[in-house]
Amino acid sequence: MSTASAAAITPQSFKSGVKPVWCPGCGDYSVLSSITKALAALGLAPENAAIVSGIGCSSRIPAYTSCYGFHGVHGRALPAATGLKIARPDLTVIVAGGDGDGYSIGGNHFLHACRRNVDLTYVVMDNHVYGMTKGQPSPTTEPDWDSKLAPGGTGLREFHPLVIALASGANFIARAFSGDPNGTADLIAQAVRHPGFSFIEVLSPCVTYRPEQRGWKDAVRPASVAVTDDPARAARRLMTDDGFNLGVLYAGRRAPYRAAPQHEPQSPASLELDFAL
Amino acid sequence: MQQRDSVSLALAGSGGAGVMTAGNLLLEAAAQAGYYGLMVRTSGPQIRGGEAAALVRLACAPVDNLDDRFACLAAVDWQNIARFAAEIPLGPESLVVGDPAQGDPPPALAACGARYASLPLKALAKGIPGGWPNMVALGALAGLAGLPEDAVRAALEGTMKKGGAALAASVSAMRLGYAEAPKLGPFARLAPPQGGRRGDRWLLSGDEAAGYGAIRGGVRFVAAYPITPATELLEWMAPALAKVGGALVQAEDELASINMTLGASFGGVPALTATSGPGLSLMSEALGLAVAAEIPVVVVDVMRVGPSTGIATKTEQADLNIATRGLHGDAPHLVLAPNSVVDCVRTLRWAVHLAETLQAPAVVLADQFLGQSRAVVDRPADVAFAGGRKRASADDAAYQRYAITESGVSPMAIPGTPGVAYTADGLEHNERGTPSSQAPDHLAQLDKRARKLERADFGEHWADVEGEGELAVITWGSCTGPVREALARARAEGLRARLVSLRLIAPAQPERMARALDGVRRALVVEQNHGAQLLKYLRAEYTLEADLESFHRPGPLPILPGEIHRTLAQWGRP
Repeated sequence: MSTASAAAITPQSFKSGVKPVWCPGCGDYSVLSSITKALAALGLAPENAAIVSGIGCSSRIPAYTSCYGFHGVHGRALPAATGLKIARPDLTVIVAGGDGDGYSIGGNHFLHACRRNVDLTYVVMDNHVYGMTKGQPSPTTEPDWDSKLAPGGTGLREFHPLVIALASGANFIARAFSGDPNGTADLIAQAVRHPGFSFIEVLSPCVTYRPEQRGWKDAVRPASVAVTDDPARAARRLMTDDGFNLGVLYAGRRAPYRAAPQHEPQSPASLELDFAL
Repeated sequence: MQQRDSVSLALAGSGGAGVMTAGNLLLEAAAQAGYYGLMVRTSGPQIRGGEAAALVRLACAPVDNLDDRFACLAAVDWQNIARFAAEIPLGPESLVVGDPAQGDPPPALAACGARYASLPLKALAKGIPGGWPNMVALGALAGLAGLPEDAVRAALEGTMKKGGAALAASVSAMRLGYAEAPKLGPFARLAPPQGGRRGDRWLLSGDEAAGYGAIRGGVRFVAAYPITPATELLEWMAPALAKVGGALVQAEDELASINMTLGASFGGVPALTATSGPGLSLMSEALGLAVAAEIPVVVVDVMRVGPSTGIATKTEQADLNIATRGLHGDAPHLVLAPNSVVDCVRTLRWAVHLAETLQAPAVVLADQFLGQSRAVVDRPADVAFAGGRKRASADDAAYQRYAITESGVSPMAIPGTPGVAYTADGLEHNERGTPSSQAPDHLAQLDKRARKLERADFGEHWADVEGEGELAVITWGSCTGPVREALARARAEGLRARLVSLRLIAPAQPERMARALDGVRRALVVEQNHGAQLLKYLRAEYTLEADLESFHRPGPLPILPGEIHRTLAQWGRP
């Protein structure tokens, strides 16, 4: 990893100048700012970082940075980032997206990304709603939330991403709040530094379809218990948590994914010995 | 007794009886003895206890296809043989060899008029501690074909590298069978071999050939999900990639595997995935992304009988429609098809080259016949393709990832290159790559992506064009073998006819096709599917002067040379 001279790199170095499509007041503005702050704090050069996303409001983030970006198809950001990181281990790869992209259409990839433990940082901007399609319930939406698509609510229990991440093998689990951009930036930087698959759930209000989420600023608090590397303790903590404890909640010690053992590369033509009589 | 240039031998039995092992050894032995050959696998869906048959054709010259009839069917047992009757055509000149301990051959076999000879495979094998009936059958078939016993022994030694008692028992059992061959009645042996030096010949499957061609083309990243009949391609590539400094990832599903390859390719590493029809369907959305974001990728579809799970273990050419038309939006891309086991090397190498050069996805349509058949072939010429991915240089202030260029190809910035970072996007975008919903940007980028393929020079690899005359056969993929043999027979009778075997299905090449068919008044379109997909594709994409007629049949029954020959012979009558 090449690092640029610290003097030249500021959060501004990571902004592209493309104007976001987000609504005024959207939490994602702050998360974008936190990502750029974290990248600057890490001393990375923009060309050595890649931001990978799927589809949704928050998934627009790559084009708003000056890093290499990959804005792919809905739900498949984690596989694209996995391929990129395994092919190019020298890059810092951050995956960004929303709750619908990551937990619904991309749910299977979420399980396997946690399990595979490739050295990625996954930032989910969770607003408990599909914003880009104008207000449908997502896996993290409360069961009684009324909407046109699910009048009276879905009646379905919320998905618990942190518990799922822990059970599936994620190596770093944190919760952040977009209203605390410095705290979020610090968590993202810690997540990037932590080896293996790091998962940060960022509470990022949708003021358009979930205006009541403005109240989150009064609900969040720093987690009262210190970080643990014990999955059993972390499981208990996450299962009993009310969804508003911020900070690093689990930092594990699993070795990150490694591709098959590499030998001194031999010439591709020599593979024909497999076939020659 | 007369000699012959090729002999077709089938060995059938219930799954686990070892007929595939014996079939492979027979092919190895023929290779050792200087012959060419092909072994086609046919089996049911069961891993153990189902039905299986090794269909082996040994020959003095290279062969790409099965013959019209089998000269001999040997059965280790008769369980489920009726399920194969249609796939092992026999005639009055054929020999059926069965073990009397397994009872009489089923009536379906008797109806074809083949001569029956009994051979107590099980009893003979019992006489040798550790001996197996399939090894006795191997010896008998090798003896019938006229392979030297030493070559069969060498094949066994080469396969059972641990040697010891197991090898000794197999050799002894094989010898017992070999000694029985002359007692099975008159049977024409193979003429002496004409094969060149051993080092100039290879023995490989189409799946292996495809994997090798991909690596020679530059592929260093593969992500895939197991699926019959593409799995062997992946299993060959896993260790092979590690040897050349690449990586293979087993993905959680095909949605993941195609997106992983796109991520790797975005990172500058040529990437491939392999699947079959159901997997290709799942990959369609991401292929649209590859078109829009201009990310090179190769997807090998080893076709099997569809739709849905269909017949997962058997061959068909029915994914031409989805490969050419299956993407949403206007999404120009490449579709290629290898036309023999060994051609998988060249076609994959070319596919990687085209995908990289044109920054577009390439779908390669192989099939179960090509993928899982093993063949003894002449070592193919080392065809390298000049070019490759055009990369952006660092710190180019004027850089635009999707710049409108005359060729349609614009340099791609690879992560790590300073000063030219961009976002690859499935959203329509302007030249810089910034998302745009404006009509002029959409039109300009559509034109650019179409122009890349229209302006590309595909050279002479687009098709195999052979012969002359007013008649022609247009075909593709694994149908090329039987068509070529039919044309050779027709030519031997003085009939003049041409072959056009398409290696490049999309984009269509109207000018090249017009030249290839100049003066042709009648053409037969041969393909292995129910819907005449190639014929309809030709009608949509080409303006052809010749009258087109269709010869199509769904899998898994192979198209045989005799069928095509008969049609051509009728056409040739005044």
